[in-house]
Amino acid sequence: MGEKALEGTKVLEYASSVSGPYCSKLLADLGAEVIKIERTGGGDEARRRGPFLNDIPNPERSGLFLYLNINKRGITLDPKTQTGRKIFLELLRWADILIEDKPPKEMEELGFTYENLKEVNPALIMTSITPFGQTGPYRDYKAYNLNLSHGAGAGYLTPGGSPNLEREPLKGGGLFDDYTAGLSAAVATLAAFYYREVSGIGQHIDASKQQSVMDYDRVELDMYPNTGVVRTRLKGKSLGGAMTRCKDGYVMPMALLGPQWDAFIDFLGNPDWGEKAESTGLTATLEPSEEFSRHLSEWMSSRTMEEVYHGAQAKRVPMAMVSSTADVMNSPQYKARGFFTEIEHPEAGRLKYPIAPYKFSETPSVVERPAPLLGQHNEEVFSRLLGYTRGDLVRMREAGII
Amino acid sequence: MNRGALEGIRVVDSSTAWAGPFVSELMALMGAEVIKVESMKRLDHSRVISLSTRQRFTGTDQSSVFNDLNFNKLDVKINLSEPKGAELLKRLVKVSDVVIQNFRPGVMDRLGLGYEALKEVKADIIYLSSSARGAEGPERSYVGYAPSFAAHGGLSYLTGYADGMPAMMMGEIDLISATTSAFAVVAALNHRQRTGEGQYITVSSSETIAVLIGDVLLDYTMNGRVQFRDGNRDEIMAPHNCYRCKGDDKWVSIAISNDEEWRAFIDAIGNPDWAKGERFQDTYLRKENEEELDRLITQWTISHTHYEATEILQRAGVAAAPSFNSEELYNDPHLKERGGYIEVEHPVIGKKAAFAPSWKFSKTPAKITRHAPLFGEHDDYVFGELLEMSQEEIKALIDEKVID
Repeated sequence: MGEKALEGTKVLEYASSVSGPYCSKLLADLGAEVIKIERTGGGDEARRRGPFLNDIPNPERSGLFLYLNINKRGITLDPKTQTGRKIFLELLRWADILIEDKPPKEMEELGFTYENLKEVNPALIMTSITPFGQTGPYRDYKAYNLNLSHGAGAGYLTPGGSPNLEREPLKGGGLFDDYTAGLSAAVATLAAFYYREVSGIGQHIDASKQQSVMDYDRVELDMYPNTGVVRTRLKGKSLGGAMTRCKDGYVMPMALLGPQWDAFIDFLGNPDWGEKAESTGLTATLEPSEEFSRHLSEWMSSRTMEEVYHGAQAKRVPMAMVSSTADVMNSPQYKARGFFTEIEHPEAGRLKYPIAPYKFSETPSVVERPAPLLGQHNEEVFSRLLGYTRGDLVRMREAGII
Repeated sequence: MNRGALEGIRVVDSSTAWAGPFVSELMALMGAEVIKVESMKRLDHSRVISLSTRQRFTGTDQSSVFNDLNFNKLDVKINLSEPKGAELLKRLVKVSDVVIQNFRPGVMDRLGLGYEALKEVKADIIYLSSSARGAEGPERSYVGYAPSFAAHGGLSYLTGYADGMPAMMMGEIDLISATTSAFAVVAALNHRQRTGEGQYITVSSSETIAVLIGDVLLDYTMNGRVQFRDGNRDEIMAPHNCYRCKGDDKWVSIAISNDEEWRAFIDAIGNPDWAKGERFQDTYLRKENEEELDRLITQWTISHTHYEATEILQRAGVAAAPSFNSEELYNDPHLKERGGYIEVEHPVIGKKAAFAPSWKFSKTPAKITRHAPLFGEHDDYVFGELLEMSQEEIKALIDEKVID
């Protein structure tokens, strides 16, 4: 009790932006010791992206960076220099796990292939998270979140329920797909770590972001080879149309089974225009008639989201409320689950962060430190962990190595 | 023959639909032995229907959707609402490492199969409960499906055209929730390996989505700003959109983050006159004049296929990718070379294409070793061999509709 799930697990992160840092954030929040390497100069690219506190750009006040790097120690290092390279390898010897997201070519040029790195640390687990994986004709292709979303086939299906194909397919909100690619890599990384604990054997994981994101849509996407059906975002070919506007926003009745549908009609007050389901089995009422939808819109228009959501759920109707970020951050349910934590950061101050979607009875997620300032832990890591002197540090800083 | 990373781990899974079963599928792909528990009374409904793709299947063993979500697993019939069924499950738990369930919170407790009860049977059991809103809090008994999780996680609101409705998000949401759960379970396995201690994990599927828009939530925390959906657009980057290409419903996504990429882009599309003007000279201006920019870029993309456009731009170091549909992905040379799809033989529905596991492990390859189990396919192995029950005992339980 009181121990952390990944206590003592040592992770070296050589990654930037979203997917790689999110992968190691997941480990850090469960107690892994993560040392994050940022490039000398500007540091992680996420520092240059908003949202910024009070909308004033500042690399220490990027919400994206602050969120993705909780619980990590941060150092700056240029592994392209001879000394930087030496230090990188010293850190690698310390680490159990390396999470990296560099283009495969760049790692090869640095001599940081798995084959080379395992000479330095034979039991190393190395997870490489790149847009299209380490092999294949697209392995050197560049992809931002937008390209990932579309290149993995998720975009083509979005937004479901489109009336026609006039408009462009869309990415998911925010940087969603970049996050989910990091999540997928984290599962493989921990499984490999488990295997290492049992066997002593390390390995390399080639995590293709494209394949990770495709995998989430597997049921839609493999319909083509199996049935010849190409799924699109068209209405009638997707589960659209159930979203309904009420007074202050959208709700979504998801009464997909017979008994749920009947409960829904009950909730509506058994109006003339609402027919009950004929059977009580698995009756999917996916697209109600236009007449029904018209009446339903009218019924909803005088009611609030909260009223509809809680009222319907009280009757066991799977009703959902389309929540804005304000709704999420103010949700009594999330609060009751302890989903938020306030974290004090020297530059950004005290802010409320969402933490973990899971609760462990014995090893709760912990916040021990806010995201690091650029190079904040140089001295701690280089001096205390690796044994360099203060003088070494000064000279390395002057040489642009750290 | 290589071992899987989770070989030696046994999982008992009573979950149904998508968000539960995919947790144990990920583990099964990595070598865990997964025993799925169903009953005639509580058949996993993805054997019968797919709400997302609108497919219906006859019998219990014809569902390609069920196949996709249950590779490598074993399947037994236990009616958990019978007291003897609950006892039988406990015998199984006694020889297992992980229990996965996604009943509405409280149901397993009523059946006498809550964490505390199973911990008495197996002290170091890892027990996962996954539900729409989590097992705690005022909304713990609320029900929902994948689109509900996306709605409550704040993702739907942020997805869609700026002048349109929030987007309904589908099956992928379940599998993301499942992947999050799998991460938690494997973390707990690591902890148990080190300390011998099991534990109880609760997952809120809505929260599994909310954490994926953490930066947007921070904008609310920091600035009180409620971000709105805005198509493919980005806060800073422009161009950043999907552009129409030659062909029917063909599009290429292009994203440019700095001046260097912009110059490469302009070069690659042949230095058109419009690009020389002042309107597009820096990132700020490009974002300011984004609509016009998008229109001009389409003049170039429309005369190329999305493959051509991608290749030209990638060669120049510009991030571009087609908005692939499922047919294109299946035939794509890159995925072919990486072995993205494999064929799995199923005794009832025949040969099916399936996604190979998305990660490539150098030592412990994740793999599909067999089709999803037929309903009750492994009753003999699990009851007879694993639990060493006599034929008489098994028969008696069948007669009493405990094994059913």
